[in-house]
Amino acid sequence: MNRSFTRGAMSFFEMHDQEGAIRSCYADVKRWIDETGIAGLHRRLEEAEAIFRRIGITFAVYGEGGDPERLIPFDLLPRVFSRLEWERLDRGIRQRAQALNAFLFDVYHRGEILRAGLIPQDLVYQNPAFRPEMIGFDPPGRVYSHIVGIDIVRTGPTAFEVLEDNCRTPSGVSYMLENREIMTRMFPGLFAKGMVTPVDNYPALLLQTLKEVAPPACKGDPVVVLLTPGSLNSAYYEHSFLADLMGIELVEPVDLFVENDRVWMKTTAGPRAVDVIYRRIDDDYLDPLVFRPDSLLGVPGLFHAYRAGGVTLCSAPGAGIADDKAIYVYVPEMIRFYLGEEPILANIPTWQCGTETGLAHVLAHLPELVAKEVHGSGGYGMLIGPKASPEEIAAYAERIKANPGGFIAQPTLDLSTVPTLGEAGVVGRHADFRPFCLVGKQMRLVPGGLTRVALTEGSLVVNSSQGGGVKDTWVLRN
Amino acid sequence: MELTVLHQTTYRYDTPVGQIALLLRLQPPQLNCQTPRDWQVSVNGEPVSTFHANGFGDSEAFFQQRRPVRELSIVASGSVETSDRHGVVSGFRQEAPLPVFLRQTDLTRPDAAIRAFAQSVVGPDTLGRLHALSGLVREVISYRPGSTSTASTAAEALAQGQGVCQDHTHLFVSAARVLGIPARYVAGYLLADDASQALRETHAWAEAWVEGLGWLGFDATNGLCVTDHYVRLCCGLDAQEAAPVRGSAFGATATAVQADVMINETRPDAAQQNQQQQ
Repeated sequence: MNRSFTRGAMSFFEMHDQEGAIRSCYADVKRWIDETGIAGLHRRLEEAEAIFRRIGITFAVYGEGGDPERLIPFDLLPRVFSRLEWERLDRGIRQRAQALNAFLFDVYHRGEILRAGLIPQDLVYQNPAFRPEMIGFDPPGRVYSHIVGIDIVRTGPTAFEVLEDNCRTPSGVSYMLENREIMTRMFPGLFAKGMVTPVDNYPALLLQTLKEVAPPACKGDPVVVLLTPGSLNSAYYEHSFLADLMGIELVEPVDLFVENDRVWMKTTAGPRAVDVIYRRIDDDYLDPLVFRPDSLLGVPGLFHAYRAGGVTLCSAPGAGIADDKAIYVYVPEMIRFYLGEEPILANIPTWQCGTETGLAHVLAHLPELVAKEVHGSGGYGMLIGPKASPEEIAAYAERIKANPGGFIAQPTLDLSTVPTLGEAGVVGRHADFRPFCLVGKQMRLVPGGLTRVALTEGSLVVNSSQGGGVKDTWVLRN
Repeated sequence: MELTVLHQTTYRYDTPVGQIALLLRLQPPQLNCQTPRDWQVSVNGEPVSTFHANGFGDSEAFFQQRRPVRELSIVASGSVETSDRHGVVSGFRQEAPLPVFLRQTDLTRPDAAIRAFAQSVVGPDTLGRLHALSGLVREVISYRPGSTSTASTAAEALAQGQGVCQDHTHLFVSAARVLGIPARYVAGYLLADDASQALRETHAWAEAWVEGLGWLGFDATNGLCVTDHYVRLCCGLDAQEAAPVRGSAFGATATAVQADVMINETRPDAAQQNQQQQ
């Protein structure tokens, strides 16, 4: 997950219009805030936190690492999208998810977009995220990324931009569900009018999506399991939460084995065939016979069963080539190439240090830019120019010069702020947004997603490890 | 030429092992230069039949042993009709994009010495450079069995100046990639010219891409392009990826591994007569 960083205090505050009046989509929230009062909201927040602690929702989002037992701060004030805003987001998200899957099919087959010269071949084929093992294989429904998490920021009343795509195993959807659950339980009145579109059908849609991509060997109702690395994983809570809600088995690699080109789950009643694996485990650890031989985690033969059509892996191995930061720059081209459409959601302008002009620009403007490692994730190894010391900038410039292809840079952005409960009243805090698009035989998108908010004033860091919190996200019916 | 091969690999364990999984690339693919006949692969006498083409066009089979055993015997045998195509290898069931073969791996990653070595290779064109490279590899790494291990990298082998076919091939592919020439590691069998030089184990060589010709097999250990004395099994970016047998056994490490390859020309007289008729 990338973060972007603002310059001034002139950010768009999502609760107000340009004249400072309450935007109509926030009218109900505003009324509720006034009726409850700030002291009242703080009391209710304490109650909410007690509930979260009791149900035990504790995990770091987006593979941030950190203490998995830590409770992530919850902000009581919902972030609201109007129906019109959502309609555009919805179209933009689906468009992107479709193009990313088309790209994945293409690069593992004829590579038309590369032949057309729109994306440099080496950027794809020499990328470690491109898995030669997948060449020529047709995954069921030609879907590679079944859950696409797209990180979006807002920079103005009508300006939404995509920070990053997550095609492998995006996490955080359990927060979307839990935040809504808590809000509904504590403030039933807010939802009584039915103005907020529900998100609680996400697990059912996810299960439907997973069943739709059952492999050729599947007979009858597909058996779906969720494969977790284990209880020490930072997102284990989410793994068990989703498995519970879908009513499917939560398994670890040791619970599975391969025989006769099929995958079997060990149960007390004997082996049971598994058709679809929603895996929350990296490619490297799937199968020690094909990927990392020193991995003790994987299921030997799993990849063979997959290629033989005995099981479906969601997401497909090698799907990560589509969300690589070096590839991100080309997503608008993918949309034009595969769909013949203009991108509905814009990318953030990005300079690639691997190109001569990009490198020159980045080195000349580093103090104003956010620079990132192409293969880095979780915000590690990035430079926030405006917040860095001259020494840090000089040192980072040396790192870029040593390996230009390994870095990209983006301008600092005026991120919008959302109403957040402060000590003395409602304050504006920077936020991002991650919706979860499901791709099976058809695309499905629940109206909502996860909003992460930087709870410290002026901060743009929405990471929970650095004072970030989460809040409910509303999409209004009209 | 028709070659008869018997390739046996035996793993022994101190205590019975129940969960053994194997990925086998022991089925020579049908190619322009080779046609397998009556080829069979078995594990502890059980035939392995379902070979699928992988992303590189090689045949791959999965074998699982669940009943505890103390010994695992993998046998690949049969005959292969080969022909000399001046090193050109074609007819793969699946082709991977060429830039994939410019990727370096942990075993091939070039250090300063390999980069300098690659730059010292001169030739009029790609083909010329590859022939020069093949000759130079043997000059900088002398053939000395036992001087390196399967975990040795190209850089280590060059630094110590001694090695076996794996090391020659690693250095060849590493340097070729430095020169921008797609190259890959190949595992297979070699019929030695002289029975006293017989390897009794699998051999390794490289394939490099030459525009206009396609994949060309270079045996840097012997300083020549592949001929009808070679039977190709599979390829990969390095020795580990191109291993004809990859295995995983839960809770056990084999205490003894024994491999033996016997390769002969099938009825040399008949083969000669065949040639005369063509």
